[in-house]
Amino acid sequence: MNAVVAKLKGALEFAGQATLDFFTEVGLVTQFMARILSASVRPPYRVKLLLQQAEFVGVGSVFIILLTGFFTGAVFTLQSAQAFQRVGMESMVGSTVLLAVARELAPVLTSLMVTGRVGSAMATELGTMRVTEQIDAMEVLAVDPINYLVVPRVFASAVMVPCLSLIFLVVATVGSFIVGVSVLGIDEGAFMARIEWFLDPFDFTHGLYKAIVFGVVLSLIGCYKGYNAAGGARGVGMATTQAVVIGSISIFVLDYVLTSILLIGAPD
Amino acid sequence: MIHIEGLYKRFGGYEVLKGVNLHVRRGKTRVILGISGSGKTVLMKHMIGLLKPDRGAVKVDGEDICKLDDKGMLQVRRKFGMVFQQAALFDSMTVGDNVAFPLREHTKLSPEEVARKVAEKLDVVGLNGAEAKFPSELSGGMRKRVGLARALVLEPTCVLYDEPTTGLDPITTENVDQMILEASAKLKVTSVVISHDIGSAMHVADDIAVIHQGVIVEDCPADALRQSRHPFVQKFLATWFGKQ
Ligand SMILES: Nc1ncnc2c1ncn2[C@@H]1O[C@H](COP(=O)(O)OP(=O)(O)OP(=O)(O)O)[C@@H](O)[C@H]1O
Ligand SMILES: [Mg+2]
Repeated sequence: MNAVVAKLKGALEFAGQATLDFFTEVGLVTQFMARILSASVRPPYRVKLLLQQAEFVGVGSVFIILLTGFFTGAVFTLQSAQAFQRVGMESMVGSTVLLAVARELAPVLTSLMVTGRVGSAMATELGTMRVTEQIDAMEVLAVDPINYLVVPRVFASAVMVPCLSLIFLVVATVGSFIVGVSVLGIDEGAFMARIEWFLDPFDFTHGLYKAIVFGVVLSLIGCYKGYNAAGGARGVGMATTQAVVIGSISIFVLDYVLTSILLIGAPD
Repeated sequence: MIHIEGLYKRFGGYEVLKGVNLHVRRGKTRVILGISGSGKTVLMKHMIGLLKPDRGAVKVDGEDICKLDDKGMLQVRRKFGMVFQQAALFDSMTVGDNVAFPLREHTKLSPEEVARKVAEKLDVVGLNGAEAKFPSELSGGMRKRVGLARALVLEPTCVLYDEPTTGLDPITTENVDQMILEASAKLKVTSVVISHDIGSAMHVADDIAVIHQGVIVEDCPADALRQSRHPFVQKFLATWFGKQ
């Protein structure tokens, strides 16, 4: 009996501690975000660094987005064409695929790819700077590292992720068209007409809003983890891993939350 | 200029500073001696607000810097330069950009003037022409000297040196000591120098403090150190004077 009580107590304590840790962490990230906001309205405004980061986040990711976008559109068309054939509605393939891509796949897959490529790089860069005292050195030189290092990264990501998501959408459409019309032989006119008839501008803005939020979140987490890294090379490695894992999970969770909010305002 | 009162700092279960009191006089050079791991670097980081004390106060020109917000802290730091033990150069920038960094951030100098000042400072530390190199291409001693140039380029009123000469050869050490002396004589710079090297310490110091087991066990003018009665200080000195 006592053993059971002790075990239960242990489990409760563990759960309590984990919950506490989680909320402490959320509190710290919120605090970090507040510092970023206050640093971003205070001069100097680092346009050059912002452009550098925009190039790294945006231009640097174009190639992988082209590839993932194209194949996502292509494979979804292949799958849904088979499903629609069962009910004889092949002409709906293009519009269905595009709806899914515009609302979900473009923002989510783009953000996941960018988290892997850019969120991890941010955590590694800032983490290395932290453990080699470069961030301390910057502070001593009376330059706010949040203003110099973090703000440009977060803003670049907030702008470039939606752009990448749009590129993803465009190439996914191309992939879908090629597979649907050229490979599967769906009538071109019907394919296009259905898209126009079925899709709504809301479907595109819906995806873009999400991409903006994801862009902020993935860079925020990457910078936060790097900025607070400790404990040498191992610490930097851990920061990088956590940036990717927590970043990706946050994207999925937020995707659900945002979708339920955005759908309230959706035209039907 | 800097006044430290009853400073306590612990990391986890280990108390590094246990009530440090220290005064750094304006325009003078204060050397802090102590064995490795005695908390010299930790103490210095408190002077510039990189670490926050658990208890106690750090006053710079009468202002308690532990109570300042981010913006106030940036203001205070404009008065300081610091040479890090491991140089802490920005490794994504060239040597020239490292030294130019404070100038570009805090002055409105033209690019030519910046380049001229950078060249001048690099010349002083014996690294003329190294502007285009990256920190990863330099030796440890060279990096340290770039750190020195970066800390001094804005001509701060107070410079903190964390072991500026450790790992340097005797000739370069002599040059760095000379730089510290000159800065204090010509520019009236207040300096705090951390050192293991008693010879070099005696050479540059006006005042010396010895830190041991978390407290300052000796605080005296440089020439009075040899008369210290504290057993640890005597032992510390014996290792050096014994060799002469
Ligand atoms: N960030 C930290 N976290 C945990 N412990 C620390 C931290 N910084 C310093 N310490 C501990 O504080 C003690 C003093 O460190 P400090 O770097 O001040 O030594 P030091 O006197 O500068 O030595 P050295 O001459 O070797 O540079 C050490 O025992 C170290 O383990
Ligand atoms: Mg040290």
